[in-house]
Order: sequence, then C-alpha cells, then structure tokens
Amino acid sequence: MPDKHLSSQFDADLNSLSSRLLEMGGLVESQIATAMRAFTQMDIETCNVVIENEKLVNDLEIQIDSACTELIARRQPIARDLRLVMAVSKAITNLERAGDEAERVAKRTKRLIEAGTAHNINVSEIRLSGQMAISLLRRSLDAFARLDTIAAAEVVEEDRQIDEEFRGFVRKLITYMMEDPHTISTGLDMLTIAKAIERIGDHAKNIAEFVIYIVKGDDVRHIPHADLLRAATKE
Amino acid sequence: MKTMFNLNKIDSEGLGGKLNMNTENNSQSSDAVNALEIRNLNFYYGSFKGLKDINMNIEEGKVTAFIGPSGCGKSTLLRTMNRMYDLYPGQRAEGEINFYGNNILTPGQDLNLLRSRIGMVFQKPTPFPMSIYENIAFGVRLYENLNRSEMDERVEWALNKAALWTEAKDKLNQSGLSLSGGQQQRLCIARGVAVKPSVILLDEPTSALDPISTGKIEELISELKNEYTIAIVTHNMQQAARVSDYTAYMYLGSLIEFGKTDELFIKPKRKETEDYITGRFG
Repeated sequence: MPDKHLSSQFDADLNSLSSRLLEMGGLVESQIATAMRAFTQMDIETCNVVIENEKLVNDLEIQIDSACTELIARRQPIARDLRLVMAVSKAITNLERAGDEAERVAKRTKRLIEAGTAHNINVSEIRLSGQMAISLLRRSLDAFARLDTIAAAEVVEEDRQIDEEFRGFVRKLITYMMEDPHTISTGLDMLTIAKAIERIGDHAKNIAEFVIYIVKGDDVRHIPHADLLRAATKE
Repeated sequence: MKTMFNLNKIDSEGLGGKLNMNTENNSQSSDAVNALEIRNLNFYYGSFKGLKDINMNIEEGKVTAFIGPSGCGKSTLLRTMNRMYDLYPGQRAEGEINFYGNNILTPGQDLNLLRSRIGMVFQKPTPFPMSIYENIAFGVRLYENLNRSEMDERVEWALNKAALWTEAKDKLNQSGLSLSGGQQQRLCIARGVAVKPSVILLDEPTSALDPISTGKIEELISELKNEYTIAIVTHNMQQAARVSDYTAYMYLGSLIEFGKTDELFIKPKRKETEDYITGRFG
C-alpha cells in the first residue's frame, strides 16, 4: 500500500496481515517442495515431515483468519482496505488447501513406498508439474507482496499448463493400466498425487486472481482470460 | 399536498430530456424519477465560492448521502435544496435546482411552501419550547385546516412515523424539551414528516446522539425512504454506507464522485475518494 493511513496502527495492522499471509505462503511452498522431494526420492522420513508440519499450516490459517475478523471489528475497513482483508481471508483458505494437497502427496507416496510398487510407472510428468506448481505458488505470492496485477495475470495463464500436464499424465496412466492391470493400484495412487498437484496450481491461480481484485476492484474469477487480462492492465 | 406531489411529477416528465442529463459521475439509471435535479449549481458566501458547478440528481424514494471533510460544501449544498441560505444576507446560489421540474432558485418562490415540501432536520435537535403535541401541530396548522380529531390523528401518525409514539403517547402535553436528545431528534423528524413533505433533508442528524439513538434514527431513515426522498449529510462514513442508496463525495466545494453506495465504498472510481474514505493522506 503506497499511501499511509491517518492511523499508523491501521497501516501496521494491514501490513501485518499481508506479511502473515506471505509467511503462511512460504510454509506451504516449503511443504509442497518437501512432499515433492519425498515423492522423487521415495523417502518415508521426508513424507512424515510433511504430515507432521501440516498442523502448523492449519494453525496459521486460524490465526490469520482471526486477525482478519479483529481488524474488521476494530477498523471497519472500506474500499481497497476492505478488498485486501477479504482477499487475505480467502487466500489463506486457498493456502491451507494447498497445504492439504501437499499432505495428500506425502501420504500417498508413503503408501506407494510401503506397498513397494512405486517404480513401475514413469512419473516424469508428476515431477515436472510439481515443480511448476511450486513455482506458480511462489509467483502468486510475489504478485501478492508487490500487488503486481500483470504478474498475477501470468500466473493465471500458466496454471493452464499444469492442467494440460495433468491431462497428459491421465492419458498415459490409462494406457499403463489397460496394458497391465497389475499397475491399477499404483496408478490410482499416482492419479491422486497428480490431481493434488493440479489442485495446488488452481489454488495459486485463485490467489493471483485475488491480487487483481485488491488492486483493481474487479472480481476476475470465472471470466474469460481476455477479460481478466483487460482487468489486470486497465488504468 | 399529495396532489401537488403528483402534479409535479407530471411536470418533470413534461421536461423530457432533462432527466437524462446525468453527469459522468452519476451511475443512476436513466429511467429513475428524480425528486431534485441540480444543474450547474454555484454558491457564494459573499465573494467566496462555496459550491463549484454541481451537477447531480437526487432520486425519488432513495437515500442520498453526502460525505466529505469539514468545509467541503456538503451542508451548503443541502441548504440550497430548500433555500435555507435565504435567511442569511450575502449568500446566493446560481444555476438550477429542479424540484420535480420547478427551478426553486428562481425568484418568486413561496419559500414557506417549499420548505414544507422539502423539510429539514438539523444536527442539534431543535424542538420548539412547547408541548410535544404542539411541536407537531404547530407546523401542520400553517398549511392545513384540520379539526381536533384530525389533528390528533395527524400527530399520532407523525409520531408513529418517527418511531416515537410509544415513548411519547402518555406525555403529549409535556414540553418537547423534556425528551432525551435522541427522542428530541425524532420529534424534529416527526415535525418534519407531519406536513407531508416529499423530500427530507437531514444535516448530521445523529452526530449529537448516542449509538442506540443513532441506530433508531438510521432504522427510521430506511423506513421513511419508502415514502420520502431523503438527502443526508453525515461525517460518519459508516453511517453513509449503512443507510444510503447513493453517496456523493465532496471536496473543496466540488462534487468529486457520485454513485451507488455499494460501489463507492467497495470500488470507488476516483483515487481522491478512496483516500478520503479509507482515511489516507491525500
């Protein structure tokens, strides 16, 4: 926020909301990265770290939500300030869900390791889209920190690539499972993991959309990409 | 009074295109009926220009709120709407304020009649030093010849409209000054409503009242708007957000932004408006 309020405490409260959102974002990003490492290395210990840390994400969600409610009660924010508080409140829900997806990846990976069937399907798409999802989430949080609507619009656009990777992987899985029914059980676990990553991309996209809402005041959810771009770039 | 109200409506429709002469700030729908249409209004306190080229419509049956820092001209604008400024020498208005098609700024207006149809309630409650009953009956007698029972009915009706009847019905003969501040203000609203105006101007009606009385007045505003057009000046931004359909933001005598309250408080078009309502340095 470039301008200052007459009440510097109000500024401090709003800034604190944003920084705590970014803190939570950092934690979720690291959860996803750890989950992907666990998947790539097929390491049970790393899986457990993710499952263990999930409650930290949940705690942060509750704390930040309560800070939002307090700020509304004490300051009655309006216009841009109100949009920021509403967006933070919604963005942390997305972050918490992205955290859940990281946990899901860890749990399914653990199951694959325990079943000992992890290595009979080529999963390069999952690794690739995992990296894309992490990068997308980081960029959506950067866009949030800098209130950069152009960067936010790019995140929304790139989420489509993750969706495309996911569809490609599903097609491949079906081929595997048709050729060898023994891979079905593993395939379903892989599908869950791939879907979790695809959902993380969606959450990053939602956060990016909130950036445009805060800055421009337009709700750009569920609108064609051309309209979203127009909203993101208008003066 | 009702007949006159309707005749004026026909007048305004007769003016045709005038209704659509909205300013760019104005997001009102073009088929709305306007109680007041303000055109190129300038106002002078002696040589000081207090209002600069104001163009806006006050829509019938809606609440229009005026916000802005002290000295921005919002009360001045309200006072032009029933020519209250005429009471002070050296103050003059130029331009047009069309009240259902009749430009009230033209000479030869019956100001008493005008003020009975565009009533006003002030910041500080101003009950007359007489009984609660007389506070209301006094104004009605100036315009209508009612017999005792009709007057009783009118007083009860007005007090009911102002949500004061249950509190005041057993002490109608007591002085209006014996009421609490919030009740006095509702008495003033009852007094204004009693002569059946079509527009009610409220100049900071709750700034001297506690939150409960304020809540009652706000409740009253939302009930009254079904039958009256209301313009309210308030320093309390949350109040404007709560009670109004349209909000006008004024600064240094100019109308900076005017639009639907929901839009102005969530997504104002002008940065000046956003800075003011969010409490930022300009």
